[in-house]
Amino acid sequence: MSSLWPRIEPLLAGVEKPARYIGMERGSQAPEHGPGTVAWLLIYPDTYEIGLPNQGLQILYEILNERHDSVAERAYAPWLDLEGELRTRGIGLFSVDTHRAASDFDVLAFNLSAELVYTNVLNLIDLTGVPVRAVARSEEDPIVIAGGHCAFNPEPMADFVDAFVIGDGEEPVGEVSGVVAAWKRGGRVGGREAVLHDLATVPGVYVPSMYTVEYDGARLLGTTPRYPDVPKTVDKRTVADLADWPYPKNQLVPLIEVVHDRLNVEIFRGCTRGCRFCQAGMITRPVRERPVEQARNMVLDGLRRTGYDEVALTSLSSADFSGIDGLVSSLVNDSTGCPNVGVSLPSLRVDAFTVGLASEIQKVRRTGLTFAPEGGSWRIRQVINKLITEEDLYAAVDGAYSQGWRRVKLYFLVGLPTEMDEDTLGIAELARNVVEVGKRYTKQASATVSVGGFVPKAHTPFQWFGQNGIGELRRKVNLLRDELRRSPAKVRWHDPEATFVEGIVSRGDRRIGAVIERVWRAGGTFQEWSEHFRLDRWTTAMAEEGLDPDWYVTRHRTEDEVLPWDHITAGLHRDFLWQDFQAALAEHGLPDCRWTPCYDCGVCTDYAIEHVVASPVPPAGGSQGTGQDLSTGGSVPIVLGRTPAPVPAKVNDLVPSSSSEAVT
Amino acid sequence: MRGDTGFPVRLKFSEIGKVRFISHRDVARAFERAFRIAELPMAFTLGFSPRPKVSFGLALSVAHESDAEYLDLELTEPVDPESLVGPLTDALPEGISVIGATALADRAPALQESVSLLVWDIEVTNRAGEMPDTLAVARLAAAVMATTTLPTARTRKGRETTEDIRPVLRMIEVRGQGECGVLLRAELSTQPVAVRPGELVAALDADLVELRSRRVAQWIERGGARLEPLVADQRAEETARAS
Repeated sequence: MSSLWPRIEPLLAGVEKPARYIGMERGSQAPEHGPGTVAWLLIYPDTYEIGLPNQGLQILYEILNERHDSVAERAYAPWLDLEGELRTRGIGLFSVDTHRAASDFDVLAFNLSAELVYTNVLNLIDLTGVPVRAVARSEEDPIVIAGGHCAFNPEPMADFVDAFVIGDGEEPVGEVSGVVAAWKRGGRVGGREAVLHDLATVPGVYVPSMYTVEYDGARLLGTTPRYPDVPKTVDKRTVADLADWPYPKNQLVPLIEVVHDRLNVEIFRGCTRGCRFCQAGMITRPVRERPVEQARNMVLDGLRRTGYDEVALTSLSSADFSGIDGLVSSLVNDSTGCPNVGVSLPSLRVDAFTVGLASEIQKVRRTGLTFAPEGGSWRIRQVINKLITEEDLYAAVDGAYSQGWRRVKLYFLVGLPTEMDEDTLGIAELARNVVEVGKRYTKQASATVSVGGFVPKAHTPFQWFGQNGIGELRRKVNLLRDELRRSPAKVRWHDPEATFVEGIVSRGDRRIGAVIERVWRAGGTFQEWSEHFRLDRWTTAMAEEGLDPDWYVTRHRTEDEVLPWDHITAGLHRDFLWQDFQAALAEHGLPDCRWTPCYDCGVCTDYAIEHVVASPVPPAGGSQGTGQDLSTGGSVPIVLGRTPAPVPAKVNDLVPSSSSEAVT
Repeated sequence: MRGDTGFPVRLKFSEIGKVRFISHRDVARAFERAFRIAELPMAFTLGFSPRPKVSFGLALSVAHESDAEYLDLELTEPVDPESLVGPLTDALPEGISVIGATALADRAPALQESVSLLVWDIEVTNRAGEMPDTLAVARLAAAVMATTTLPTARTRKGRETTEDIRPVLRMIEVRGQGECGVLLRAELSTQPVAVRPGELVAALDADLVELRSRRVAQWIERGGARLEPLVADQRAEETARAS
C-alpha cells in the first residue's frame, strides 16, 4: 500500500497542532518495505508531544532499521479531533514517517509506560482496523507486541496483546523479528498459534495466550503454560553492558515543541538505591554505567548533529553516576565541549554535593531546583528506604538558595506503608523550614510541595501493601493543605481518583482486561489527561464485571497469595522482596549495594551479570546518608556564595516556562 | 537589525510542502538549531539570558506556503553571505530552503516595519470542495476591484467584528486553474490591518473556500518603487564580505 498522505493532508488545516502528524524530524527515516523484511510500527499510545522524546522507542527504531530483516516506523495517538476525521472517512492509524497505514505493518509494538494509557492502546488497535481482542485476530492481522515498565505486570493487557517483551528491548527485538520473518517466509504455516508459540520460546517474551489462568472464586490459583516448551516463568532481558548500545545515535529532533525537548543521553541504566516504592529501580537492576568517554562523545556528537542547546544526562539518579564529576566538568569547562549549552541532570538526589554539581552546570537562569525526599519524617523515609536526613535536605536547600536559585520544588508520596498523620504533617514542617532557609537569602523564597498518592507496584517490596483509598488520600492532602494554608509553600497534588484507577490496573489480573475494554468502549481514551479522566467510567465497568475495586486496590495481600505477575520475574527473589517489606515495616534501611557488599536480591546472582561502573571511586555524597560516606570523605564539594556568571546558556528561549527548571 | 558592532545579514527562504504545518515559532526554533548545526558565528544579546540576535519578518500562518520569507541575523565576523545558503538549507527541515542571503546595511529598518506589500497565490474551491466556474470567480474578482468598500467579518482576539478590507486589497485576479480549484493572485497591504487569504476569499463570496495559499512575494515600497527585501537595504560597500 502506498502513502495515506494525500487523504490525510486535507484534514490537517482543520485540526489542532497539525505538525503532530507530518513527521520529517531530523533523524527520521523512510525505510523501504519489502516482502523479505518484518515491518514494525512502534507506537506510543499518547500524543506526539508526549511520545516523541521516548528514548526506548527511539532506540528500537534505530536498531530495527539497522537490521537487514526489519524496518521500523513510528505512530502516536492522534488527538480526538483528527481521530474523529479519520474514523468518519474510514482512514486508519498511520505512521508519521511515510504515512503508511498501520494495518500494512507486520508488528504493532506499543510502549507501555503508564497504566492510564491502556485504553488508548485498545483504541489504536481498533483504529488500525484490527480486532482489539487477540483471540479474534486472523493470521493476516499484525502481531501486537508491548514492552516498557508496565509490561512487568502484563495481565491486565493480556487479552489484547499477543506478546510482551519483558525488560531491555535492544536484544529481543531482533530475535522477535527473526521468528516473525521465518513464519512469513514459510507461508505462515500453522497460523497465528504457530508464530505465537514460537515467540513464547524467545527468552524474555511472554505470550499470554500460551498460558492458562485458574481462579478459585476471587482468588488466583496460578498462571501455567499450555505447552511443555513454554517457560513456567518468563525472565526479563538485561543488556549486560550499555557500552555495546550507544543508542540513539541519531536522536529525533521534532519540529514542534515536545516534553523533554533537548538532547538526552542515557548515562546509566538501573539503580541500586533500593527505594522500596520505586518499581523502576527494582526492575532495572543491576546498574550499568556507560563509559565516561562514550557518554561524552554521545553528548558532543548529538549536539553537533541536532543543533540542540541543552542536553540532559539521563538515568534514574544521575548524580550517582560514578563518573559524574569528570563528565560534567569535561562538558562544561572544556571550551571545545559545549559552549552556550545547558546541561541538566533530571532526578537529582537530595544533598549538597548534587547542588554543587547543579550549580556547576547551570550557570545562568537558576529559577527552580527539584528534590524528592518522598517522605515527611525520618521514620517514614527509613520505611521506604529513601535515606535522606533533614540535614541533607536543608544543606541542599541552603546551597541552592545561596547560589542563586529562588524556588525549590519538593516531591512527596502519601499513602505509604505505616504512614501516620505525623508523617504527613512532617511534610508541612519540612516545607516551612525550607522556606525559612530560603528567606536567609531572598524575601521571595518559596517552595512548591508536590504530593502524589502512592500506588504499590509489581516486583517491589510493597507489592503486598494495600493502597490508601480515595477518601484517605484526600484527607491527607487536605491535612497538608490546612497546615500550609498561611505558608508561602504551595501544595500541588495528583488527583486521588486517578491514583485509585492506577491502583486497579497496576496490580490487576487478567480479569481487569474486560474493565479496560468497557472503559474504552464507553469513550474513555486519554485517561492521563485530567480533562478526559472520569472515575465513574471505571467504577461502572468494575461493577458490570462483578469486580470489587477495593479487593484490587486497598486490600493487603498475604505472603502466600499467588500474585498475578508471579510467572514474570525481574530476577528479584520473592523471599528478598518479602524480607525487604518486613524490614520496611521494622523501619530498617538498606544501603546502596553498588558500593557495599551484596545482600543478594537475586538479580546479579541469577543472571550472572554485575554492576558496571564508569569509575572505581564512588561519587561524593556517599550512599544514601546511611552513615557510610564512601567518597573521599569529609565536606562536600560545594562552593557557597559564588555569584552566577552570566554565561550564554540558552538561545532565544521562546517559552520561558518549565524548561527553565533544572530538574523535571 | 542594529548592526552596531556585528555584521548583519538578511536571509530569504521558502517554506513548501508538509513543513507548512509548523508554526512561525517552530520555524524560528528550526533556524536557531540550524545556526548551531552550521556553526555560524552568531552575535548574542547581552544580559542574564543571552539570545542570538535574530529578527524575523512577518509571521506565516500555519498551513500557508511561501516562496519569499525573510529574516535578519547578526554575526560577529564577516562571512560571505552566499556561503550560508547551502549549509543552512542542509541544516533546516525538509521543505525550508534558504534561497538568498545578503549583507545588510547597519541600522537597516526592521522587516516587520518595512515590508508593506504581500503577494499571494490562493487556490479556491466551492464549499463542496469542487472546482468553481473560473469565469464566475474572475467576475467576482473584477467586481471587488470595482467597489470601494469590502466589509468583512473577522475574528480578532475572540471577538467578531466587521471591518472594511478594501483599502488593504491592491489587486486580485484569476490566474487560471490549479489541481483542484481556481487560482487567484492577490496583492495585500500589510497596513492598517493584516488580512489573511482565507478572510479575503470569504469576503469575495460566501461559497468559496481557501484550499491552499502560497506567499509568492514580499515587497518594501519606497518612493513609489517596489524593492525586493534582499536588495532594499543591502550593504552599500563590500565591507561585510570576506575577502
